Amino acid sequence: MREASTSPIIQVAIRGLMPVIQLVGLYVFFHGHYSPGGGFQGGVLLAVSVMLGRLALGMDMSQVVFRTGIAVGLSALGVLIYAATGLAALLAGGEFLNYAFLPIPGLDPPGLRNLGILLIEAGVTVGVMMALIAIYDEIVESRSETSVIATFE
Amino acid sequence: MKVFYGMLLVALAAVLAVAMAGLPPRGEPKAPSHLAANAVGAPVAGTYYIQNAYRDARTPNMVTVILADYRGFDTLGETLVVFTGAIAVLFILRRRTP
Repeated sequence: MREASTSPIIQVAIRGLMPVIQLVGLYVFFHGHYSPGGGFQGGVLLAVSVMLGRLALGMDMSQVVFRTGIAVGLSALGVLIYAATGLAALLAGGEFLNYAFLPIPGLDPPGLRNLGILLIEAGVTVGVMMALIAIYDEIVESRSETSVIATFE
Repeated sequence: MKVFYGMLLVALAAVLAVAMAGLPPRGEPKAPSHLAANAVGAPVAGTYYIQNAYRDARTPNMVTVILADYRGFDTLGETLVVFTGAIAVLFILRRRTP
């Protein structure tokens, strides 16, 4: 799991697949206003593209795509984006998560709600994507450590 | 006993089939769940969302409006559940090196 795949077919296919999956993930996230989709689904697709890179390129090469160790913090950041959107509306005089009170000038209440939904979906996307990547990285790390211990024994 | 359970299951399946046949077709506007007031005369909650979702948030996808706007607090909880689950898995997987 840590080493890169030796098959040239996988190496070539992954280079074509990863950007397409990322693009579809972003599309699903941004198109949540108009069709089935949204934060959870888009986040999972974005996470899958990174995991695919980890599987095919190996842990060391795929650090260029996404560095190990920052995923947990970014997952918390995603949840914070969500909560901060709600808190901004609260501080601006409305209820918690009432986007119509978001302090952004030049938009009427429906437009503000539209924007608020996009903001919290962005938070959900980052949160879910980073949570999945963090779990995957942790599984790989713990596995490689056990195998090292096993070889020593 | 096995025969009895089998007959019970068949009977329940028959009841379910009869009940399904009596349901209104999907998207039927005159279905009880789509009326503004139910049989007792009390207003139905879902009708409000259907009638006002686009006007309130200018977003064509009604499901997104309900999920992220009307029930935004619920979705915040869902996101927190995913985050907390990830943290819990990390604590289980991470090996402590004394």
